[in-house]
Amino acid sequence: MSTRLAELKDISIQFGDRPLLEHINMSLHQGEIVTLIGPNGSGKSTLIRTLLGLQSPTTGDVIRHATLRIGYMPQKLHIDPTLPLTVRHFLGLVRGVDKRDIRPALEKVGIPHLEQAQVQVLSGGETQRLLLARALLNKPNLLVLDEPVQGVDVNGQVELYHLIASIRDELNCGVLMISHDLHLVMAQTDTVVCINQHVCCSGSPQHVKGHPAYQALFGVPGAEDSIAIYAHSHDHVHDDSGEVVEEGHVHSASCQHHH
Amino acid sequence: MLELLMRALMGGLGVAAVAGPLGAFVVWRRMAYFGDTLAHSALLGVALGFLFDINLNLAIIALCIGLALVLVTLQKKHIIATDTLLGILAHSALSLGMVAVSFLDHVRIDLMAYLFGDLLAIGQGDLYWIFGGGALVLLLLVVFWKPLLAVTVNEELAKVEGYPVEAIRLLLMLLVALVIAVAMKIVGVLLITSLMIIPAATSRRLSRTPVQMACLAGVIGCLSVCGGLWASYQWDTPTGPSVVVCAAMLFLMAYTWPFRKTA
Repeated sequence: MSTRLAELKDISIQFGDRPLLEHINMSLHQGEIVTLIGPNGSGKSTLIRTLLGLQSPTTGDVIRHATLRIGYMPQKLHIDPTLPLTVRHFLGLVRGVDKRDIRPALEKVGIPHLEQAQVQVLSGGETQRLLLARALLNKPNLLVLDEPVQGVDVNGQVELYHLIASIRDELNCGVLMISHDLHLVMAQTDTVVCINQHVCCSGSPQHVKGHPAYQALFGVPGAEDSIAIYAHSHDHVHDDSGEVVEEGHVHSASCQHHH
Repeated sequence: MLELLMRALMGGLGVAAVAGPLGAFVVWRRMAYFGDTLAHSALLGVALGFLFDINLNLAIIALCIGLALVLVTLQKKHIIATDTLLGILAHSALSLGMVAVSFLDHVRIDLMAYLFGDLLAIGQGDLYWIFGGGALVLLLLVVFWKPLLAVTVNEELAKVEGYPVEAIRLLLMLLVALVIAVAMKIVGVLLITSLMIIPAATSRRLSRTPVQMACLAGVIGCLSVCGGLWASYQWDTPTGPSVVVCAAMLFLMAYTWPFRKTA
């Protein structure tokens, strides 16, 4: 087994009397891609926020290896429109960054032409790439990606996943990412962890796909590629013309969180 | 007369040069209402300063920082929406200040001067405060520019990258408190925030980088002081409000002028 980078030991988090996470155990290794899946409100984001130290667990320990350097890619980037900020400036904010590394990082994620663009005008896919570049500039041995393909069309998603996999190959870093859609990440993922407050099942993608707990959460066998899963893994509803309907999100019977 | 005007001009320029750049952060972080709340509470600081016979500037700074800490603590508890909380604190502090001042019958306080400022009443000692305090604020802004901006852009990224986010946030509050204490003489508690926000908002239209925006906000603030002082001299209008009106006019000009789009 390669070097262990971080470990979550029996993590539980309560918010009021509502459990967000229950007895989570998990470890992350150099060179390994771990994908977290789970329905909305299952605690995926809470879990990685705990690993990052942005949220402290009610009980349990987060053990970080001495050499651990995390490159974090948040789900969204909101920068107030009153703040004029170019892509280059944004990347220059990384703590202790060498300015000469900015250009290569932009080239690596495929947006060198946007160096002087204002961050607020970037498209969804460009913003994700920018965030990835920022994570890389932190010289990580563990990349933590919170829904790295959010707001990106299917072709773009495939490209981004390939990019992430190639970065893993090049840096031999560990990767922990949250995904809504297991099917697109499968090819690159080593381990899938399916959570719904607790760890439902984990293992290789094939193993998880066949696991009863996964099927209970994500639909019936044989229907993985169909609409059932597609509708399930989004937190918004589409009307007939494909426009997003703004009210609430859909739940399945297995999704047990409260509002 | 000329000496009086020169002192007023120097004091005004000193305050504007600092309030502008700090104002940029207030705008970026949407702290306008927060600044207002601290400013309103400054009057209470004045009353307490008189009551315990301590330096007024120190009393104001101490009170602002105290209030800022209370605010942060209450905010974390999520008892009530932040803007409601700010509204409650701002107006309670202001009212409490006015009530406290009314108890001080042994000192005569020019309430109007504290509410709206009196540029022409600036003394030599005030100038030292303005330039000393102002220089300190500018120095801290320059030294901590990168962490301040990183925390402003995205606190979570900054924290993961190892910036001391809490300390930086506290620093920013300290800076706002300092500027309020220093600027109070010029524009008064009710108008201080405008001197931070309006020049910064004006300069947004003309800048492409954060540094540009901050520096230009200082310059625009200084122009407003010059214009306001001139108008005050010309038409015998109150100086503080004249400066703010001037700043507002510059803002309108910047946003109606048909510039080529910069950003």
